[in-house]
Amino acid sequence: MTQTEFLNIVIPFKDKVFRLAKRLLVSTEEAEDATQEVLLKLWNNKKKIAEYKNVEAFSMTMTKNFCFDKLKSKQAQNLKIIHSNYEDKQTPLQKQVELNDSLNWVERIVKDLPEQQKMIIQLRDIEEYDLDEIAKMLEMNNTAVRVALSRARKTIREKLTNTHNYGVK
Amino acid sequence: MVLNDIEKLLEKYENGETSLKEEQQLKHYFSNETVEPHLEMYKLMFTYFLGNKEEQFTKDVPLKTKKTFNYKWISVAAVAVLMLGFYFNNPPVETCQENIVGSYCDPQEALDEVSKSLAMISSHFNKGKNTINYLNEMEKGTSTLGYLNEIENTTSIIFKN
Repeated sequence: MTQTEFLNIVIPFKDKVFRLAKRLLVSTEEAEDATQEVLLKLWNNKKKIAEYKNVEAFSMTMTKNFCFDKLKSKQAQNLKIIHSNYEDKQTPLQKQVELNDSLNWVERIVKDLPEQQKMIIQLRDIEEYDLDEIAKMLEMNNTAVRVALSRARKTIREKLTNTHNYGVK
Repeated sequence: MVLNDIEKLLEKYENGETSLKEEQQLKHYFSNETVEPHLEMYKLMFTYFLGNKEEQFTKDVPLKTKKTFNYKWISVAAVAVLMLGFYFNNPPVETCQENIVGSYCDPQEALDEVSKSLAMISSHFNKGKNTINYLNEMEKGTSTLGYLNEIENTTSIIFKN
């Protein structure tokens, strides 16, 4: 398999891998590293790619596992790095600032969700995967995914309602 | 879309029962500017979801083409070396090694040498043979003693009787 062939396979989902990694690891840099690692692993196993039924789902599972390992080792080392790369690239309007700020609320709420719900929200509401696909990627069963998804959505909505009403987080 | 429908969809959405298509309808609805105030938080959610999808992975992945060493090239190289070896290896010149004792390059010379040494051996042999010639004398002596047999004959006749 040549590099171009490989890239053609990988390009459609590399951003998704990155976003999932970022959802779990929070830091952009770490997410980039994780993505790189996952893609390199794929590349090194490129001979087996043809055997995989669904490279994309496989990569997502790989990303999940890789990020979990990362998180686990970070916890074990008792390293606490607080990442706060909330971007505010453009702030031309008061309105936009406000919106951006409220979007940060969503980000923060999602960040506080349990890992599993984080991933499910990421895969479903952002990447728009089928529930069956998500179940396969996360090695869960369909109902469990649905329940977690519903729980996560409700949590986000409730917390947002609170912040929205009282203006405090 | 009618507000009623949206609210119904939202309920389904919260229970995780919406299809992807319905969720897209929701996203589309909430990406419009005007949203009912009591649904404001959903707008936030969906805008966030849509916005988050934009983020891209821009870093390059260093795809090293790992050179898998191909062992069949070793055999190719070996064969090449062998061929070259045969090609440059001239048939061994019959080098005559004079330094080894007793070897000669010229056959004639070798023959001469051999006959010379054989002649020497035979001459010495003859000399030795001459020295033992007197043994013949002894044989002569024993033959003269043959008449003793006559005595034996006669004594045997006597003792028989």
